[in-house]
This record gives sequence, C-alpha cells and structure tokens, in this order.
Amino acid sequence: MRPVNTPHPETWLKVTPSGLFCEPGGFFIDPTRAVDRAVISHGHSDHARPGHAHVLATRETLAIMTARMGEGRAGTAQQALRCGETLEINGVRLWLRPAGHVLGSAQVCMEWRGSRAVVSGDYKRQADPTAAGFEVEPCDLFVTEATFALPVFRHPPPETEIARLLRSVALFPERTHVVGCYSLGKCQRLIAMLRQAGWDRPIHLHGAHQALCRTYEELGVRLGTLRAATVARKEDLKGAIVLAPPGAVADRWARRLAEPVVAVASGWMRVRQRAKQSGVELPLVISDHADWDELLATCTEVQAPEVWVTHGREDALIHALGLRGIKGRALHLVGLGEEEDEVEVVTEDPAA
Amino acid sequence: MSLPAFAELLERLVFTPGRNAKLALLRQWFADQPDPERGIGLAALTEELTFSAAKPAMIREIVAARTDPELWRMSYDYVGDLAETVALIWQPRAGVNAPPPLLSEVVEALETTPKAEIPALLAGWLDTLDAGARLALIKLVTGGLRVGVSARLARVALAEWSDVAVEEIEEVWHGVEPPYTTLFQWLSGQAPRPDPREAPVFRPLMLAHPLEEADIAALRAEDWRAEWKWDGIRVQLTAGPGGRKLFSRGGEDISAAFPEILAAMEFHAVLDGELLVMRGEEVAPFADLQQRLNRKSVTARMLKEHPASVRLYDILIDGEEDLRPLPFDARRARLEAWHGRVAPARMDVSPLVAFDSLDALARLRDGARAASIEGLMLKRGDAPYVAGRVKGLWWKWKRDPLTVDAVLMYAQRGHGKRSSFYSDYTFGVWREDGELVPIGKAYSGYTDEELAWLDRWVRNNTVNRFGPVREVERGVVFEVAFDAAQLSSRHKSGVALRFPRIARIRRDKPVEEADRLEAVLALVENRPR
Repeated sequence: MRPVNTPHPETWLKVTPSGLFCEPGGFFIDPTRAVDRAVISHGHSDHARPGHAHVLATRETLAIMTARMGEGRAGTAQQALRCGETLEINGVRLWLRPAGHVLGSAQVCMEWRGSRAVVSGDYKRQADPTAAGFEVEPCDLFVTEATFALPVFRHPPPETEIARLLRSVALFPERTHVVGCYSLGKCQRLIAMLRQAGWDRPIHLHGAHQALCRTYEELGVRLGTLRAATVARKEDLKGAIVLAPPGAVADRWARRLAEPVVAVASGWMRVRQRAKQSGVELPLVISDHADWDELLATCTEVQAPEVWVTHGREDALIHALGLRGIKGRALHLVGLGEEEDEVEVVTEDPAA
Repeated sequence: MSLPAFAELLERLVFTPGRNAKLALLRQWFADQPDPERGIGLAALTEELTFSAAKPAMIREIVAARTDPELWRMSYDYVGDLAETVALIWQPRAGVNAPPPLLSEVVEALETTPKAEIPALLAGWLDTLDAGARLALIKLVTGGLRVGVSARLARVALAEWSDVAVEEIEEVWHGVEPPYTTLFQWLSGQAPRPDPREAPVFRPLMLAHPLEEADIAALRAEDWRAEWKWDGIRVQLTAGPGGRKLFSRGGEDISAAFPEILAAMEFHAVLDGELLVMRGEEVAPFADLQQRLNRKSVTARMLKEHPASVRLYDILIDGEEDLRPLPFDARRARLEAWHGRVAPARMDVSPLVAFDSLDALARLRDGARAASIEGLMLKRGDAPYVAGRVKGLWWKWKRDPLTVDAVLMYAQRGHGKRSSFYSDYTFGVWREDGELVPIGKAYSGYTDEELAWLDRWVRNNTVNRFGPVREVERGVVFEVAFDAAQLSSRHKSGVALRFPRIARIRRDKPVEEADRLEAVLALVENRPR
C-alpha cells in the first residue's frame, strides 16, 4: 500500500492519445505513434511500432523488433535493459520484470516519489519453454490487459493440447497436420512444446514463420530441425506437422499439403461453436495471454488497490475486481489487441 | 476415463467434415473401449439412446447457484449457447478428486435416480470433468448430441474394424440392442453370431450399376426383364410374428414416419419396393415425398395430403421361406401370386415393361417423360437376389437428363478436400421482368481443371459477401443437367431441379442469352395450368 504522502500514480502516469506517458520520466510505454522516447514491453506489432527515436527494451525484444522492422526502423537509438537492472531517469526509477508472454516480454515497473506503477503489457502465467516466467511485482497501480477476461476462458494445461495434436497425428498418419498460429511467440512455443513431448522429426514452416524462428535461435532458443513447407514434396508432408499463419491454413496455400487436418492454436478455440464456424477441424486451446483465473489471481497478488485495464473485455474484469474490493478503470487504449495473434481466426483468404 | 474419452470422440466427430476421418475415429473407439462403454457410446452417437433427464432450464439453475449473475450474463452473451456457456463457466469445487464417471455409470444413474435428485447428481459429475467432457455430459443428458453419425456409417465402421462384411452386420443390426454386447463379442470373435430369431431385421438390398453405352451391345434381349425406375425411395418391408418394420435402402428404420404403410403390413414376408406419394393412380413429384421423410411422427393432415404407397419390385422371404436364391423369374411369379392372394392395401406390383429388342426399349425409355419415372431397370431373368452391387445382374438405365443454360450467381467453399475451393454454385435464369432468379445449386459435374478455373474466377469477380457466400459478377453461363423440374413454393423462382449438376461451362455464351424462367417451367411435369 502506498504511503500516505506519496502521489497517486494518476498524477504522473498519464493516458494520452499516443498511449501511456510517464510524465516526470519523459517516456511513453508501448506508444501507438512514433515518439521521442519509448519503453517497449514486447515485440508484437500492436505494442512495438516503428519510427521511435529512442527505444528501451530487453535485448531480445530489441532483436525481434529489428528483425521485423528492419535496421534503423526499430529505434534510431536502442538501449537494452536486463530484467532486474534499474535505471534512474529524472527521478523515476525504471526496471523490467519478465511477463511470460513471448521471448523478451517484460513488465515495465516505475517508481516516482515512493509511488509504484507496473505496466504489464501482455502476459500469461502458464509455463512457456521460450519465455521467462511472469514475476509478481507488488505495486500501487497495476496496468493489465483483458484479452480473455470472461469466466468462460480458462485455458487447459497446454501439454494436454499438444498431446491431443500428437494423438491425432498417430490416428491419421497419411495426412498433414497444419497448425494455424501467429509467427511471433506462438509458433516457437508450439515447436518447443512439441520437442518437449518427444516429437523430434523435422517441423515444416510456412514462409512467414521462418525469419522469427531464426531470430529465436540466434537468441539461444533451440528449436530442432525446421524445414520450409513451401518447397517440400507432398509425399514428405504426409504425417508431418506444418505451422502456418491462421489465414493460410484453410486456403489456397494449404493445397500443397496432403489431405490436411486443419488445427488452430489460440485461446479463442476454447469456444467450440466459434471454432467450428471458422472451419477448424482440430481446435487447440493454447494461448499466450492470461486466462480469467490468471488475470484475477495476478491482480490480487500484486496487491494494488487500483487496476487499469488497457484493452480487451474490461467490463467483466472491472466487475469482478470490484467484488474483490479492487478499483478498476478502463483506459480504452486504441490500437492495442490488434496483433493477429489473438484476433479471432477467420480462415478466409486475407489477400483476396 | 470413459466420459472424457467419449467427449474427445464426440468433439472430433463434430469438427471432422470427412467421412473417412469419421470412420477412422469410430474404428479407434471400438478398438480402445471395453464393453459396455463402446456400445453405449455407439448408441448415443446414433441416437438409439437418448435422454430427457434434464431440461436446459435445470442446467441453467444448477450453474446459477454457483455463478455471479453479471458475469453469467456477459458470458452467455458472448458464447451464445446455453450448454456451452455452462460447460465453460463451470468452476469445479476445490478439493474434488473423484474420478470422472464411466459412460455406463451415467446411463444407469440417470435411469434410477429420482427426478428431484438429478441436479445434485449432475453437479457432482460436472465437478469431476474438464470443459470438453462437461459439454458432452450436458448434451447427453439434455438429449442434444447431434453429431451426424448415421447408423449406416456406424455399421460401415464396425465392418472395417472387425473385417466382417457390412451386409452381415446389417442382417443382425435390428435384432440387437444397446449396449450391443453380443454384437461386439461376435465381431471380435469371442461369441457366435447373435440370433435375431423373429425380430424384424434388415436384409441388405440388391443394387444396380448404371448402364453405359459400351455395355449395351453385349446384352441379349431375351436374358433381361425391364421395369420402370420410379422416382421415390427404395424400401424394404418386413413383417411377421416378431413385428413390422419399414427400412430405407441404407437400413434406417423409417417406420415411424409412415404409419399407414405399417398398418397395411398384415402379412408374414419381406418385400422390396419403391415408396411413393400417390394420389389415386398418379405418382406425386418427389418433393411431395420429401415432406414425409425424416419425421419422427406425422400429423393427420400429412397423412391425408401426402398419402404413401409402395410399388413392389421383389419378394425376398415368404413366410419362413427364403426366396433369395431363386432366379428373378421365379421370384417374380411368387411376388405376383403372393400379391393376388394377400392383396395388401397401399401396395401394387410394379409392372414389367414388354420389349423385343434393346432398341425398342431405348425408344420406350426416351419416350417416358413423366417426372415420376427416372428411367428403366434391367434385371437378368436368372439372377438370384444378392446383397450389394454385383456387376452384370442388374442395370439402371436412366433417361437422358434435361438441360438448361443458367447464370452463376453465388459461390461457396466446399468441405474436406475442397475446403479451399469455391466449389458449390448457385445459378439462376432470367425472369420476365429482367431479374435473375436462382433455380438450384450444384456441387459436381465439372473437371478438376474447370474447378480450378471457376475458383479463380469467383475470387476475381466477387461483388458481395454474405458470411461464407460470395456473390459474383454475372459472367459465367453453365449448362446444367438435371433429371426433372418440379414446382416448389420454397424457391423464389417457383421451381426446383432434381439432381442438378454442371454439364459444362458455356464460355461461348453471353449471360443475356441464358435461359428464361418460362423455358424451365415448360419442363415441369403435371403442371397445373
């Protein structure tokens, strides 16, 4: 709890059209437009946008941003900050803690005159072999996402979903299993989990997934043997697992596959009727976002009397926090939650 | 772990479009599960076994006791389906570590538990299950599985799993009951074939091959008998001391939909015939029969307005005597004698068509334009009645199709292998006022190259989208082949086509020159004027 004579966080952490702005520190967190100074929580395109002058983030996030945007567009000047290291900017103490969302994802922790705010970015509490686990930072103000903030969203243990995928591969050994997944984070997490489950055969990738897998490997995440699906012979794809963007799995690109079983890995797959409407044959509930229980547990564990909700289903979360005596506020930040990762899957041809 | 395993099977069946994949899933279920679980699961899938122990309102009350009303409202709004919302939102009580129930435990408990105790029973089970299994349980107890597994598909899966011919399974199928333990024991070689005794069982039908031009030359007229091929549905009637049943061609029991036929089955025999709606001597269009199909019960009005009859083709069993080994000519004589003796109501014998040469027969076939006739059947006079489609014994010789030139209006993607192709086409013809009105939908008839061309064309010429459906520019003319045109109040154009398929793409023809609606209406038989 904030000592009596410290300022309320809203007096120094401001909601602006460009996103959250730490006024005394002079920097934005995950700004939606190009700014002078930006602290970036993770590499997804709705949080990390091109064209900032100064960018501060973890080493991994900076590498991912550079790989996606090209040299020079991911901040004219880049500064890496290790989790646990602290910087002091105009009297604001700034440090990062792992958020568990994707490789390099971090919560942005700030303290000014004894008042502490944590901007979590996107996060999850489930284990992920490709991302350092979420760490709880007690604070006076916690800023959270709410992508899956409804009690119908409870993600099952991801290992059981991977086991379902492998059982299906065993049942249909003549068919290709194509898994729709986003190219940053989900793709590499699936590969790493398949390896943990003992799948050591080559995994085939859609062209859109190859570059970031290379970046992950350069950053020390081992993914095993990966092959391009685009050049493989149909014969070689029988019984294979192929990872591709959700938009490609049931359209023209997928014709090269052998009688594909179309799977999609996403938290949205939890609602089966919706999954069915999108033409998915094997829905896998694997998400890089906190589910309902994780959101509530996290908001409680950080002990903040006030929680701000950036994007998602804030009405349900704020209602549930209210029942627990926590004050909630919806920020309605525009532009967040647009990462294709957890946008509801439409297996329609995006190019058409 | 039976209920969770059943839930996984259920979910995969619901999501799987392909028949072969469904068969693989069922085979695995039969192989993996012990008795009586596999049989109960089978009966639940084919809806031989249904429950009404709980109404949706009861499920709603059980969950309301545990859920914040505001969060329930938001969740239900989002999900949109009561059973699924309950399955997803259910929060198992902390500390429950009872194992999930077996399917057989669920079935037994539902039958023996007093109604007042059902909610507590359900809540206890829900606490032991994950979301997928909770959904399966709720669907099971409210009687709404609807997975699209027909009894026929299940029998094919049983045949593939056990290596016993599907015809053999069909012969015992209607003499066994859930959980089918005797059936599974027989199929896995642990017990003799179950004896249906006098129960009315289905005998697999004898089927015909289509007659191609190339086959005709080899036929000698004197070896063959001809009958009209009526446009109804093929049925088998079986009646005797053990009961009465009306089976469709695939062995589905359709007795409940045709009580007037059942009432007329005052005999001890097994017969093969065509089910038709008849008004006096006149056979009504297939659309009329369609009104009567797929019903669990019928109204008095239905019975009066769409009365059913059977036109008999063959007799398989007379009393205790199996006539199937006899040649066709002998069976035909028995059928006529039997019909003269028994004179059942609502049944006549399909007449033989006299001919002295195949050319003469071909002329008869081409001259038959009544919508109720699809063409001719040719049957060898010396052929016994054998199950399935044995080549060279029976031929079906359909009359040449009718055609119309129609304009492609809408396209939708197909399923399975065609899921990335716009392969389902709605087409229309011009009405007097210049408007294009849809007259039908076709999914077949084109080559792979034509499909690829059409798919590209649809993608490049879309003008509008309605969910999965694309409306396209008026730019492609199809020559559509079909068997008959019938009046229909369900179509904007007032006409429906029987078995439409794409005969070719008329790239030479401008859309303005496609057919007019009057031209299609002129092809309708028995049109009231």
